[in-house]
Amino acid sequence: MTSIRTEKLIKVGMADWKLAFSPQVLRTSGLGSCVGIVVYDSQKKVGALSHIMLPDSTLAKDGKVNRAKFADTALNDIVSELVSKGCALPSLKAKMAGGAQMFRFTSGTDMMRIGPRNVDAVKKALMENNIPLLAEDTGGNKGRTITFYPETGCLHIRTIHEGEQVI
Amino acid sequence: MKLIEQMQPIHLDALKEAGNIGAGHAATALSQLLHKKVDMSIPSVKIIPLYEAKTIMGEETLVAALYFDISGEAPGSMFLMFQEKEASDLIYSLTGQTIHLLNGRLDPLAVSALQEAGNILAGSYVSALADFTSLPMQVSIPSFAVDMAGALLDSGLIEASEVGDYAIVIDTVIGETKNSENSTPLGQFFLLPNIEAFEKILKSLGVRLL
Repeated sequence: MTSIRTEKLIKVGMADWKLAFSPQVLRTSGLGSCVGIVVYDSQKKVGALSHIMLPDSTLAKDGKVNRAKFADTALNDIVSELVSKGCALPSLKAKMAGGAQMFRFTSGTDMMRIGPRNVDAVKKALMENNIPLLAEDTGGNKGRTITFYPETGCLHIRTIHEGEQVI
Repeated sequence: MKLIEQMQPIHLDALKEAGNIGAGHAATALSQLLHKKVDMSIPSVKIIPLYEAKTIMGEETLVAALYFDISGEAPGSMFLMFQEKEASDLIYSLTGQTIHLLNGRLDPLAVSALQEAGNILAGSYVSALADFTSLPMQVSIPSFAVDMAGALLDSGLIEASEVGDYAIVIDTVIGETKNSENSTPLGQFFLLPNIEAFEKILKSLGVRLL
């Protein structure tokens, strides 16, 4: 194969996750209190990006659970997907961004602290799967758009007020 | 989700009418505040799967947003979103100040003027909706933020996501009337009723889910 492939951008919506192989690129836009989790294998240059909304699948009020919506179930699913694609569990690494609190509320219901709770839930799920968290940009009160390059393992984070950074 | 599968055009029309009454009162209130002729679009009612929900205003569109929590018989949340020019025009009309949204620190007077206008608008919207449906509802004081529209919507969408994989969004644009054909947008309402609110609103309007 001598043809040059252009980067293919794969967009990930809220409560969804996608898998990508280099030179594909994964992006999810407008993370507020949601968290974007990347789990990847830098040797195989493959990664998965998950856009979770809630910390814990036991929060679901309906019977049928959309596993991609919750930190715990989404992480388990992307890890088994990566393993089924031939990644060795010990070579998986993680990065994450998001979990902000976009509005400052006067009435402090539990729902309003959902950003930090999402971040904690992701950390707990990573620990249970023995996946090291190499970098994170979480919390604060800013929206984030993140782009992951399986080729380099770099996670690019764009915000409106603070420009772009790479972790 | 069952409820979504049962939805018929008549249900959407009933919600559209509810949005119409609410936004109509809000437009009148804004017209009195600004001493300008204000009109509104026909509300659109959308049932959006969560994975698409952040795109309703453009995921990364820079907006100034006011968020209101609606409590009472038909709970939910409401956003009043102003794009860059709309926010600076409205603040100019209210305070005579010229501001730039991207200017990190916004003048507290400008923010408070926008919040006060939002208070009046959301108050008119929700109280008209409460009268129309005979369902008692209260609206919180606004929370203010300037950021990407998609990120700001999280606060409302997360409540919807606890119940299902769809969000119900009643969306209305209010604008300043230039002439019979033209109007300049002033801002946009997004009402996100919780699922139980949605059922109660329909019931109170005499529309039953099958």
